[in-house]
Parts: sequence; structure tokens; C-alpha cells
Amino acid sequence: MLDGADNSGLFVEVEQRTPNPLHARVSCQSGRTLALFGASGSGKTSILRAIAGVCRPTRGRISIDGETWFDSERRINLPPQRRSVGYVFQEYALFPHMTVLENVEAAMRHLPAAKRAVRARQLLERVRLAELEERRPAQLSGGQRQRVAVARALAREPQVLLLDEPFSAVDAGARKALYLELAELRRTFARPMVIVTHDFQEVLRFADTVAILDGGKVVAHDTLEQICRRNDLPLLQGMSEPASAFDATVAAHYAERGLTELAFGDQRILAPLSSAAIGAHVRVRVSARDVVLSLARVDGLSVHNQLEGRVVSIVPLDETTVAVHIAIGSATLLAHVMEDASRRLALRRDTALFALVKSVAVDAVM
Amino acid sequence: MDWSALALSFELAAATTLVLFPLGIWLGRLLAFRQFSGKGFVEALVALPLLLPPTVIGFYLLVAFSLQSPLGAFFQSVVGHTLAFSFEGLLLASVLINIPFVVQPMQRAFEGIPQEVREAAACCGMSKGASFLRIELPLAWPGITTGLVLAFAHTIGEFGVVLMVGGSIPGETKTIAIAIYDRVQAFDDQAAGVMAATLLAITVLALGLTNTLARRVGKRHA
Repeated sequence: MLDGADNSGLFVEVEQRTPNPLHARVSCQSGRTLALFGASGSGKTSILRAIAGVCRPTRGRISIDGETWFDSERRINLPPQRRSVGYVFQEYALFPHMTVLENVEAAMRHLPAAKRAVRARQLLERVRLAELEERRPAQLSGGQRQRVAVARALAREPQVLLLDEPFSAVDAGARKALYLELAELRRTFARPMVIVTHDFQEVLRFADTVAILDGGKVVAHDTLEQICRRNDLPLLQGMSEPASAFDATVAAHYAERGLTELAFGDQRILAPLSSAAIGAHVRVRVSARDVVLSLARVDGLSVHNQLEGRVVSIVPLDETTVAVHIAIGSATLLAHVMEDASRRLALRRDTALFALVKSVAVDAVM
Repeated sequence: MDWSALALSFELAAATTLVLFPLGIWLGRLLAFRQFSGKGFVEALVALPLLLPPTVIGFYLLVAFSLQSPLGAFFQSVVGHTLAFSFEGLLLASVLINIPFVVQPMQRAFEGIPQEVREAAACCGMSKGASFLRIELPLAWPGITTGLVLAFAHTIGEFGVVLMVGGSIPGETKTIAIAIYDRVQAFDDQAAGVMAATLLAITVLALGLTNTLARRVGKRHA
């Protein structure tokens, strides 16, 4: 478990019986992203609502950078107006009678009226909506609405950014661009960010730390690396697109070969050419079905990456497939292979092996 | 054409609407957003004037207006004349019987504002007052105008309760609806016909106007 006792960042401990039982303790450091992951009804959104102050838990404590927003024992409960939060609601909850610009300005009551329009236009520029400032929410697509909601959330210059299933009201086509934008926001936002999702792909994209919720309880709360290493979490075994993720930095570009080299620990991995600057931090995601295991280095293959590692655990998924966690330096790769293959290689804990990953299967996002 | 009766009807309708504007918003919003014990009972009370015959309402109002009742006695001691058969009594009666026409559309309008939108206003730092003025009021506006126009038109058309508590004192309590009844009783069909047609035209105009306005505002928000 992560230690949330120090003063910096966000600390949340909430307990309630209604509407759904919830007893959770989570924390998130400044500049980091905490993902609250779980099925619907697991209490993710309740935690977000408690942080924002739109609902009052029975017991608990919520503080940010040492400033207490809620403390049931000391009878402190700041109203939402006095908590500096940026909240992106699931359906965005834009003000339907206001234009895009007015929606953003509505969250700038801390600024003198004369400065609001300038600042609001900067934010709209940032979310690529500058030319739509006169539109009303009804005239926008789902993706554009999400951008307005993000701009409005940032407009308050919040101490914490809360996002509730930010992609659920966006169609799949628009999602990819928004993923990149949120990844960029995650990189540049210097304060805690909390994202609620039921999609583990989004956890892998955005989270630095993860809290997995089940039935109102936190069943796991750790860094993404550690969570990716866990094999005892049924929620993760049932993923639709099993994958693992780790952070790396851009080490080199080979434009003529169409490749970018990424470094993590003392390891290197080749990915499709990226526009990121040398030294930039990227989140690397590899699908568990794209990892091939080999006991020895193999020559004469098209595969670029042969990563040397050790088996951390092997967990049966069903009668024929197993999930193999492989430690590669500080990172953990997840591989799904046939049980038969695992038996043929005599895989067990600590078996030294090579994980073969096609560079085209390496998804690196800033 | 009894112009003083028509003027009195408009005066009464305007005063009723004016009183019900804040009252309806307060009560409609309360019923829309708050959960409290006895809410169903309050909602039934609000709807009561729709169900009771005007004679029953009028009868109880007369009882309440009489000098034997605390309200009637108080009014007499302060103003110097009785509530019954006065414009003030008529106004009070008119406000009471119009409560459902005003409160119900306003309640529906406030209920139509998603909870998340109101929470978003709070999370944007808006105070309760700012949120009310800048978010709730504009969004509920079509329902608010509907309620007000209904109350206005309904007051102009009200007959039974006015007859019961107001009688038919020219310039004080004789509204256009009562004047038409008077004319019919006096076999003056022509005057009754003119006034009836005027009333019909005003009512159609008022409702048509509300619907158009409500649709226009609705389109802007959709």
C-alpha cells in the first residue's frame, strides 16, 4: 500500500453506508495521476464526489497539500465552492444555455471579469476549440464537449483535477485524439489528477498509481508497475484487451529506419518512429497477446525487441491459457501464452527468458 | 362593453401573477430539489384547487375572511374593511387558486435541470445565489413563463371563486367574467357576446404566445 500520511498531494479517507457502502483510503501525489478502477457500483464516483464536496461522507478525512477540506472528527466540511477542484463530469454537465466561451468563463469567478475572456480563450486554444467559442453545447460532438469540460475544469486553476469516465460519452473514432490530449495534460498538470474508469486500457495509458475498488472497498492501491505485477486480482484477469505498461524515456530516433528507441532502466526497446523529443517521458503499452517467449535469443527474426527478463509469476486464465508476468529491469511485461507452450518451455518462477516484442506492437504515448 | 370590469380583470391578473412569480419559483424549486417528509402531502395541497369545485374553495375562503376568523379580524383591524367583497380578498383568493397553475410547471422545469449541472456550477465556484441566477433561472425559464401566463389567463377567466368571495361590486370585485354573467342574466346577449369574444381572444393570444416563447427558448437550449 502507498503511504498517504505525508502532507503533500491528495489524501482521501471516506466511509459511508448510503447510497452504496464505501470504505476507502486513497492518496495521490502532486503531478501524478491516480486511477480509480473498478466495475460500476464499486464506489469510484462516490470517492470523486466526496473530494469535490458535492456529497458528504459519513466519516473520514480529505486533505490536499496539508489543507483540510473534510474532517468528520474536527467537523470540517468545506462546500464545493471553497474547494479548488476541476471536475469533468461523466456526461460533462456543460451549461446548455451558455456558449463554449461562457461555459469556461463561468469557472473563473476568482479572476476579475476583464481578464476572464482572455484566459478562457487561452484554455480553448489549448484544447483546440478556439474557433468554436460561440457554439452552444448542443451544437458540439461528444469529443468537443469533453474538451470544453476539460477547459472549464482547468479554468478554476484547481488544486486537483477530477475526471469521471471522461471517454464514456465519446465515440470510438474521436477517442484516440482525446487520449493523446489527456496524456499531454497528465504530463503538464503539476497537481494531483484523479481519473475514474472501468477500462483498464485507460488505467495503463494514464495512471501513475492505481486504486482498484470492489464493492466499496479498495482491494489494491499501488504504483502502476506494482499493479501490473499482481496476479491475484480477478478484475485484471478478465480484461478484454490484456496488456501491461511502463514508463520510459526517448533515447534516440532512427528516422531512416522509421524507429524510435526508448530506454527504461538499463533496457532498450524499439518502437515506431515518434515525434517526441529526446529525453521525453513516454508511457509504453504492450498487449499481452503480442509478447512471444523464448528461452534463448533467436537470430533471423523480424522482431526488433528481444528483452531479457525473469518470470515473476504464472497464473492460469482458463483451461488452455496462462498469464505470465515477466520482470524486465524495473518494468513488468504481461504475456498471455498457451498453457501447452508454458509447459513445453518448463516455465516457472525465476526462469530466465527473452520476451520478443515486435516494434510495431509497442505503443508509446507521451 | 364593461371597460371597468375588463380593466379590473387585468389588474387582478397582473397582481396575482406578480405575487405568484417569487412564490411559485420558491415553492416549485423547493418541491423539485428538496426531499422532506410530508412532501407528497404538500404536493397534494398544491394540486387541491384543481380538484375542488370553486364553490367549495369560495366557501372556505369566505369562512376565513369572516370577522370571526383570526385572518378576517386581523385584516379588518389593520385595513379598516373586510377581506370579503374587497379587491384584496379577491387577490388572496386568486393567488390561492392559481398556485397549481404556477407551481407545477415551475417544479417540472426545475426538476428538468440535471443534478450534475447544478453540481458543476458549485464546482465552478458559483455561490448558491449565483448558481440560481445564472444556471437555474435561465434553464427553468420556459417553465416559469408557462406558469405565469397560465396564472394570468386563468385569473382573467375565473368565475366561481370570484363570485363567491367578491360578489359583483363594480370597480372593486366585478371582473369581466362576472360582467358577462350579469349581461346574460339581463338578456343583453350582444354585450355578453362582445365581452366573451374579447376574453376568448385574449386567452388564445396568451397561450399561443407562451408556447411560441417556450419553444424558442427550448430550441436555444436543446
